[in-house]
Amino acid sequence: MNDASAVAEAGTPAQVPLGTIFWTFLTAGAISFGGGVVAYLREYTVSDAKWLDDEGFLDALEISQTLPGLNAVNMSVIIGDTLRGIPGAIVAVVGLVLPGVVIIMGLGAFWQEQSHNPQIKAFLIGVAAAAVGLLSTVTLQLGHKQFVKPLDLAIITATFVAISILHVPLYIVLVVIGSAAVLLYRPGAKHPQLEERARHLRERLRHRHYISLRH
Amino acid sequence: MAKLFNLAWVFMLLAILAVGGGTAVLPEMEHLTVDHFQWITRGEFRDIYSLGQVAPGPNMLMVLLIGQKMAGAMGALVVGLAFFLPDCILTLVANRLWVHFKDSPWRAAVQHGMAPVAIGLMLAGTYAIARLSIFNLTSLLIATTIFVLLLWRHINPALLVLAGGLTYLLLPHVVHLFPH
Repeated sequence: MNDASAVAEAGTPAQVPLGTIFWTFLTAGAISFGGGVVAYLREYTVSDAKWLDDEGFLDALEISQTLPGLNAVNMSVIIGDTLRGIPGAIVAVVGLVLPGVVIIMGLGAFWQEQSHNPQIKAFLIGVAAAAVGLLSTVTLQLGHKQFVKPLDLAIITATFVAISILHVPLYIVLVVIGSAAVLLYRPGAKHPQLEERARHLRERLRHRHYISLRH
Repeated sequence: MAKLFNLAWVFMLLAILAVGGGTAVLPEMEHLTVDHFQWITRGEFRDIYSLGQVAPGPNMLMVLLIGQKMAGAMGALVVGLAFFLPDCILTLVANRLWVHFKDSPWRAAVQHGMAPVAIGLMLAGTYAIARLSIFNLTSLLIATTIFVLLLWRHINPALLVLAGGLTYLLLPHVVHLFPH
């Protein structure tokens, strides 16, 4: 008892009110048009509110990416839970998705009413085509380390071929290719030859400035 | 009732399989909702995906519209809970256990091994949307222009998405203004 209050007085930061958490995630959820929610979360929770530092944020991102689910939602769970436990996680997630839920339901109602409108159809085809450009860039940016590593490139190719060309069910791909990939990287496994070739390839890529990605 | 039950287990399954995020699970979602259950057509799947791009927040909120189309507001609620709740609970538990396996050598193995799998799945997701939307010169032009623009510099993706939609809508009319 005494110890706990002593620690609190010694400068544990005051509990962040649930309302503040909710409001912060609501703002991030409302403003992040076109994806990139994680970038907004970083701005609000690290730069502005200082609820966690960059390292803490990257740790949370690491957990989020390893687990299934949307990164932004998983991030909200972790940050909310770290700040205020389960209630914090709940208000963070609800805040994050609430603006999108309201807007997408409105858009959906409008779309169902206008289902035969050729102009709406044309606009949505253009949006999907734009999304292909966006997704290609995001995939390239996320995978810039993996694409130049022969072992990783082989895993990427096998996964893509299995899903897109052979139409293997996703759970089989995850079990078979996933566990094979984890075993290839099992503790103690060494890929000296591959690593050497990868280093070589990276050098060449850097040299030629094939791709210059800016964030 | 059977419909709601099917919606619930399909989207719960998709949630658990969503390693690498929402894009990674798009091909399976398309297969299950369009081919297997025939809840929506391929064109509707593309439209719903695009609506998710236009709304703020996570793009995958689009799944609500599949539920809404099938069973109204109740369908949207069931799909929303089925698609988001399992991963939230999983993340909550993992976050609290993280300290125990943070330094395990197998954690690094899982992370290094699953990273390229996730990238492969994102590629497959991108390809799935490309097959639905790129079928003429205009759409190809929109996708490649945005890809090149984004490699060159950072531009707000929301603006690019709107520009893509407007270009596809207006370009045919603009071209007609100039006689050959």
